Amino acid sequence: MLRLEVPDRIDHLPGQHYVIRLTAEDGYVAQRSYSVASPPSDPLLEFYIERLDDGEVSTFLADVVEPGDELEVRGPIGGWFVWDASRGAFGMSGGSGAVPLVAMLRHAQDLGRTELLRLAVSARTWADLPYGDELAAAGALVAISREDYAGRPAARVRGEELAPVLPADGTCFICGSAAFAEAASELLMGAGVIAERIRIERFGPSG
Amino acid sequence: MSPSTRGFLGRRHADRDPRLPPGQYDTGRDFPVLTAEVTPRLDPDRWTMTVDGLVENEHTWSWADLHALPQSEYAGDIHCVTTWSLLGTRFGGVSVDLLLDAVRPLPSAAFVLATSTTGYTTNLPLEHVRDGQAWIVWTHEGKPLPREHGGPVRLLVPHLYFWKSAKWVTELTLLDHDEQGFWERNGYHDLGDPWLEQRYQGD
Repeated sequence: MLRLEVPDRIDHLPGQHYVIRLTAEDGYVAQRSYSVASPPSDPLLEFYIERLDDGEVSTFLADVVEPGDELEVRGPIGGWFVWDASRGAFGMSGGSGAVPLVAMLRHAQDLGRTELLRLAVSARTWADLPYGDELAAAGALVAISREDYAGRPAARVRGEELAPVLPADGTCFICGSAAFAEAASELLMGAGVIAERIRIERFGPSG
Repeated sequence: MSPSTRGFLGRRHADRDPRLPPGQYDTGRDFPVLTAEVTPRLDPDRWTMTVDGLVENEHTWSWADLHALPQSEYAGDIHCVTTWSLLGTRFGGVSVDLLLDAVRPLPSAAFVLATSTTGYTTNLPLEHVRDGQAWIVWTHEGKPLPREHGGPVRLLVPHLYFWKSAKWVTELTLLDHDEQGFWERNGYHDLGDPWLEQRYQGD
């Protein structure tokens, strides 16, 4: 988790991301996109950094950065995968794809409109699910595919589990790996959601 | 140039490949999938390619029509705005030049809006899809283009960031003005030259 104080920042919408840009002394630059986990009301910007062993940027952010360091960031970016809490929506994620859904959830809580947002989050193991406690406490459907969780046997999310939480209209946000996004959109369309309601953000590991 | 980041060395730049534009990394053999929409199932027998707008003779090609044209291949690199580059790859199809020659653009035509079967759009200057710079492709590394990468057919404009290479392309509309497409309306750059790092509006 990385929390940044960004002076004079423009409020983001839940779902938007920032680019974090690192510059070496010789001018070499590496940058990656990170989805914002915090709601617009949070005085700080919060990012969830998934550390990848061979990740040039994520290892730096996870291992080297210390409180007080200055980082170059750019954002907020994105106008498609965003939710302003004005209408009902459904969010579905795989692994660290939960991060933008957390921003949506926190925003809905800020506005006292949690009834507008339904969530189904999945991961291979509980440890692979960022903000798992917070999401579960908020009533998200939690599907863990490789271990039993809270009485639910290990399995990928199934259509019959989605049916009771899936709203009849409103945007469906899917965030996860390309393979997850493909499977999730097939599930939703199998449950009768038309393609036009679905917005996808690939949230692959990117070093 | 930005001030340097404390403690950041950048592991890979000692032997950085000169084919990589600034801010990009080599994805190796990976070809990541990026999409904002549901992947459609396109039936090549029902798919058509139309070039219209400011042209003398708008024209529509079927899958078979397009395959009957002289084919050409792109061998080189592609660059995604999310910072990966795929180096030394190959796509096969037809040059957009052949389609433009057939429809004969009017002198007033200066921009192109590419449209996909999904409704996805992207805008390009006409001069950036002419003279051997753009293709309609249906093979990658000699095999049919996979569905998740835009198969059966996509636009390829490899000298620009890859969101310009519209997947499932079905129409090129020539215009006298620049009309923003899907990502461009959502904050991304109208041209998208990776060597100038034109990622977002204002770059």
